[in-house]
Amino acid sequence: MQNPAKFTDTLLKYNILLMLAVLLVASSLLSDAFFTSQNAFNLLRQLAPLMLVSIGMLLVILTGGIDLSVGSVAAVGGMIVALALPALSFGGPFGLLVSVLAALVVGLLLGAVTGIFVSIFRMAPFIASLAMMTIARGLAYLVSNGQPVRFPRDLSSAQLLTAFGSKGAPGIGLPWPVVLTILVVAAFYVIMKNTTYGRLTVATGSNEMAVRLAGISEVKYKFLAYFICGGLSALAGVIATSRAGVGTPVTGVGLELDAIAACVIGGALLSGGKGTVINTIIGVIILGLIGNIMNLLSVPAYPQQIIKGAIIVMAVLMQSVGSGRSIRI
Amino acid sequence: MQNAEIRDHVRMENITKTFGGLAALSGATFGARAGEIHGLMGENGAGKSTLMKILSGAYSRDGGKISIGGTVADITNPRSAHGHGISVIYQEFSLAKHMSVAENILLEDLGGGGWLINSKELSRKAQALLADIGFADVDVNQPVSNLPIAYQQIVEICKALSRKSSVLILDEPTAVLTHHESEQLFGIIRGLRKRGVCIIYISHRLEEIFALCDRVTVLKDGQIVDTLPIGDLTEDRLVRLMIGRELTDFFPLRNAKIGETVLKVQNLSAGSMVKDVSFEVRAGEILGFSGLVGAGRTETMRSIFGADPVDSGKIFLDGKQISIARPRQAIEAGIGMLPEDRKHQGVLLDLPIRVNAMMMPVNHHANLFGWIDGRAEIAAVNGLSRALNLKAGSIDATASTLSGGNQQKVALMKWIASDCKVLIFDEPTRGVDVGAKVEIYRVMNDLAARGVAIIMISSEMLEIIGMSDRAVVMRMGRVTGELSGKDIVEEKLIELAMGVN
Repeated sequence: MQNPAKFTDTLLKYNILLMLAVLLVASSLLSDAFFTSQNAFNLLRQLAPLMLVSIGMLLVILTGGIDLSVGSVAAVGGMIVALALPALSFGGPFGLLVSVLAALVVGLLLGAVTGIFVSIFRMAPFIASLAMMTIARGLAYLVSNGQPVRFPRDLSSAQLLTAFGSKGAPGIGLPWPVVLTILVVAAFYVIMKNTTYGRLTVATGSNEMAVRLAGISEVKYKFLAYFICGGLSALAGVIATSRAGVGTPVTGVGLELDAIAACVIGGALLSGGKGTVINTIIGVIILGLIGNIMNLLSVPAYPQQIIKGAIIVMAVLMQSVGSGRSIRI
Repeated sequence: MQNAEIRDHVRMENITKTFGGLAALSGATFGARAGEIHGLMGENGAGKSTLMKILSGAYSRDGGKISIGGTVADITNPRSAHGHGISVIYQEFSLAKHMSVAENILLEDLGGGGWLINSKELSRKAQALLADIGFADVDVNQPVSNLPIAYQQIVEICKALSRKSSVLILDEPTAVLTHHESEQLFGIIRGLRKRGVCIIYISHRLEEIFALCDRVTVLKDGQIVDTLPIGDLTEDRLVRLMIGRELTDFFPLRNAKIGETVLKVQNLSAGSMVKDVSFEVRAGEILGFSGLVGAGRTETMRSIFGADPVDSGKIFLDGKQISIARPRQAIEAGIGMLPEDRKHQGVLLDLPIRVNAMMMPVNHHANLFGWIDGRAEIAAVNGLSRALNLKAGSIDATASTLSGGNQQKVALMKWIASDCKVLIFDEPTRGVDVGAKVEIYRVMNDLAARGVAIIMISSEMLEIIGMSDRAVVMRMGRVTGELSGKDIVEEKLIELAMGVN
């Protein structure tokens, strides 16, 4: 019985890569503008926040939970950094660092609140994060009075932030947000693969009871997933603010759904215990490619949504057919 | 014989059923008449439940013939069983708790044949059914969850009656009832007998069988031993029918070198299932825990292991009193437990063997930051895999690809890797084929030879007799006796487990 399982696993991996390849080929055939580094960098820069959020979402989904608050927490993170920059008495790199850290800390705290309700008080993740979704969104509006928060252009720390959002790294010019995202993704790839944290997060979602009876605190791993997810969401918000050059309270509306879609396209199980960092990132890229190619082909916005939804369903269907688990057992 | 067959309302002939190569029923022939209460008895795993699940369509049979009322009945699923007038009442009720009594009773025909529900008519019908068996006082419009357990069972019975059932199967119906409630239930059952219903009654309680049944069928190892009128039986004879087999050379020999007491439990009480339990187990000893399913053995071990809270009592390890509130503390003290429900509690089915093997609070192959030294870990898991004679393609294969016996070995790996002093095995060979059983016995013997104190809960008498140096028997949450060496025999185990004097 080993071979079919292995075969299934390869097929699953193959499935998502196949889909990526098909989209890439189709895109390059459909539009000449697609295979330019300009377009690729733009696309990656746009996707950077979603990638960060999707990694956080993946951690939560791996434990068998869901976090609907990521978009709102991103908005709060983006607001905090915009508010902190001018509020600090010092500018420069240090000013930027402190502002970003402030945003991260707030994101982590919001994630911790959701995490505590889910892990310690055993509240349904859907409900706890739904509550946090509206609370965080409310916070974002509250601190800004519902208005976008502009920061002074002459502030050296603010200039650094907008440069981060618009410029690329020396060499091929890979946008800085993409560089940061790649580093974060690489870190989580290694963490999930090589550390007890990564392993036990997956184990918790795979079989919570068995993990508890092995003397391991499932509460801890559930909590940490929401905690880290909050931090990553806030970081995504910071990137959004750096690109826009302004903090807006409407940042990240609907981001949670894209992140969940990316995880699921990447093969993660919503019941937990299954999903990988790399496949999730591929999921994000597939989602992005669909939007990108339709933009290049000037497909109007409304049909775009319908096509996107259809492709998500197809992607997931391909995987369940590929795994065939529900059919065989 | 011919005559008896004609008189049987339910007739099951040469029924066979195998689960994963294990024969649960091999050629069982069973008959029960209309208007009788027919007891079905046998040890755990003898095949009683399997036989009744086949009759009720919950399992499909591999071979054999079923006839109801003299005509061949093609029962393939619960719906076709209902069609033949067969209803089962399981220990766990299948009631929709938040719906009303009337809705539950008439769940399968809420509209009375139409699309719309007439709630007055519904209540009236339900009330009539209840009144029929003497419970006219129950308010049919309240939710089922408001009723005490005994009344919920009555709702189940009415539900069966609403289908005009001619065969009613009761699987240990009194397990959740008080004495008084049981008496009430017996009244109803006798009433149904008078109306010509064929009642099949599964129970472990001898006194109930003698108080209620007209005839008794004894099952053993998937075969029918005999069917006898209750008048021809005594408690002793019934117990002997249930046992009666030879101890084979199934169990590997071992030279037990029994050392000092490692774990000592004094007057432990926890919840409603563990009452004043005391025992001790020594290094190198295998202590069997025998008793019926639901006697409180698992609950006792779970509370020692810190999985369930302890109400009172003392636990000593190596002579020192310890307090355990969480499994982690038990593991740090050196106590490991292999849970009874392997698939839900023991292994992570979708994860690799390697991850399962190292699922410990502290992974010895990880540094302070949780970074795992892959090479060292792979070497360690491969070593464990060889020591346990694990049959797997590689340690990266998921646990779900393994057989039951090999899964059990995987679940065991983490406890061997963490050097436990006391290991609790809860039904270690349930659902495992014969070859793997012997392997698991060998592993237990090896561990004992290395000085580990082993506690083995088992519902199989043979296993208790073949493996244990001493055996503790529990009944209804209490220790009813302890046997050792040659005194561990089936008759005494059953007597203690069933409370026969």
